[in-house]
Amino acid sequence: MDQLEIPATNILDVRGLTKHFPVGTFLKTRQIHAVEDVSFTLKRGQVVALVGESGSGKTTTIRMVARLIPVTHGEIFFESANILNTEPHKASMDYRSKVQLIFQDPFASLNAVHTIEHHLARPLIIHKIATGRQEIHDRVCDLLETVDIKPAAEIAHRYPHQLSGGQRQRVAIARALAVDPKLILADEPISMLDVSIRMGILNLISRLKEERGISYVYITHDLASARYIGDQIMVMYAGHVVEGGNSEEIMGGAVHPYTQLLLSAVPDPRSGLRTLKGTGTHGEVPSLIDPLPGCPFAARCPKVMSICHQRMPEQTGVTLGHWVRCHLFSS
Amino acid sequence: MNPSPVSPLLNIHDLRVVYLTTRGPVKAVDGVSFAIQPGEVVGLAGESGSGKSTIAHAILRILHPPALITGGQALFGNRDIMKMDDAELGQFRWSNISIVFQSAMNSLNPVMKIRDQLLDVMLQHGLSKADANKRALDLFKLVGIDPQRLNTYPHQLSGGMRQRAVIAIALALNPPLLIMDEPTTALDVVVQKDILQQIAVLREKMGFSILFITHDLSLLVEFSTHIAIMYAGEIVEQAPARELFSNPLHPYTLGLMNSFPSISGEKHKLTGIPGSPPDLVMPPSGCRFHPRCPKVMPICSETTPVTKSISPGHLVACHLY
Repeated sequence: MDQLEIPATNILDVRGLTKHFPVGTFLKTRQIHAVEDVSFTLKRGQVVALVGESGSGKTTTIRMVARLIPVTHGEIFFESANILNTEPHKASMDYRSKVQLIFQDPFASLNAVHTIEHHLARPLIIHKIATGRQEIHDRVCDLLETVDIKPAAEIAHRYPHQLSGGQRQRVAIARALAVDPKLILADEPISMLDVSIRMGILNLISRLKEERGISYVYITHDLASARYIGDQIMVMYAGHVVEGGNSEEIMGGAVHPYTQLLLSAVPDPRSGLRTLKGTGTHGEVPSLIDPLPGCPFAARCPKVMSICHQRMPEQTGVTLGHWVRCHLFSS
Repeated sequence: MNPSPVSPLLNIHDLRVVYLTTRGPVKAVDGVSFAIQPGEVVGLAGESGSGKSTIAHAILRILHPPALITGGQALFGNRDIMKMDDAELGQFRWSNISIVFQSAMNSLNPVMKIRDQLLDVMLQHGLSKADANKRALDLFKLVGIDPQRLNTYPHQLSGGMRQRAVIAIALALNPPLLIMDEPTTALDVVVQKDILQQIAVLREKMGFSILFITHDLSLLVEFSTHIAIMYAGEIVEQAPARELFSNPLHPYTLGLMNSFPSISGEKHKLTGIPGSPPDLVMPPSGCRFHPRCPKVMPICSETTPVTKSISPGHLVACHLY
């Protein structure tokens, strides 16, 4: 791929990212194709939402971007630098301070035996952002106030079990903010939270985007929240990104049969009351272990053609900034 | 849920359940009343900890200590489930009311073939082995699984198929009421839709009623005929589904509706509900929602609102009305 055409407006540019996990015995190794040829770009100050069902490769993709697991093939350009070349073995401190993660489960991502202050002070000390007890304490309080946790000085001394789920997720966000990141990878940050407090977290994420220009990769299985927060939506199926583009474009004009199926399955009271009728058995996601060639959705696709079983379609433009990988649209 | 001349299938009156903890009793369900008419799908919506699942377990009397049912009736026909002895309950459960739990993986026995788990319930209730085997085949066809899969173990089925198998077991004795406790929460949306469609078809064919428990209000509006909204152990509002959707009255219901982004229509900022659900060892005085309520008045922290009927079948417990 041509490395010269990475616009400076793109904070993240992922090209052909692939991850295979070996399974089985020494003599009979097989490969789980968890992520296959995933490409997307993220502009500075925007949110790209990766949407897909469980097992579609969303989390594996961002774990590769976060450099938590090695990449099988593909390239990751962060701020125009090919980071797999510039820091091939391990992410540098600089990269880790610019790219932060928020996990799904705020009950598991905070250490039960440490106070909130300890969690927020660690990145400040490790990345040498603050020194001295007072300065660290002040920064911790600032961070807590940024995520609307008040009174900050009091809550800083509490333990995770003394906070509600929503407060814990806010602490996890504050911890990510401690190092002043440019990109936050948010892995289903609201799916474990009570419904009435989810919007508060999404609104906080949006506010930080506006105020600090932070870019996000937002992972979700929920198309409605992807639309709410995402500027771009990438739909993943069985390790592939099958359709991507501007979020309103995808919501209103999805062309891939899988995206259409996914959209039709979302309960949406505002679209008018529908009664569930008919017996659609849409089949199941194919096995990712040594998958058959062709489009992974072919077995379930209502518009399947013979070519779909032979090879994976290339990316085709639908409108400006909206593309699809489907033989129906290949020229 | 509305008072009608047809006698309800199940009538819950003033149900109370506490969990005894070292910090004091937790009033998980506090004076809940509602009814399920034949053929209805009653949706019980609320956040985690609001007492939805506790109600389901209390109706079947499958709560274990430290949970304790402290009062109320559950009339099924003219029999009060709360007064049944163990032998009666053994015959009553499953043939009259069955339940589908959230996680099919945890409700199926991993070391027993699906067929044996299906037969188990039927043999227990007096079917002959030949009849039970025949019924097992029919049930699998009914829920949309290849009957050959009867001879597999749970781990050999996908999540969606396991949940279908659990539904087959729940329908084995053709019960008039099926309780579904977050049956599709662990599943992907496409599988969820498939299973709910299948249940809607089966309900039309077999005529059972459903008590459907979920935290997903948008799902309930599509799936149920009546909806009851729970907050902190109490039902704050109940109404026919369409009425509740078009005319929600309780500020908590409004807040919940404002917590689900939509995939269509105008995109506007949603506020959700500030604060978090209360600690039920020391619930707030008066209306339990008052600390989070945007329309709070002085009276709200002083007296508990009584449930009032606003229109036929539409009940709300709020001082605004």
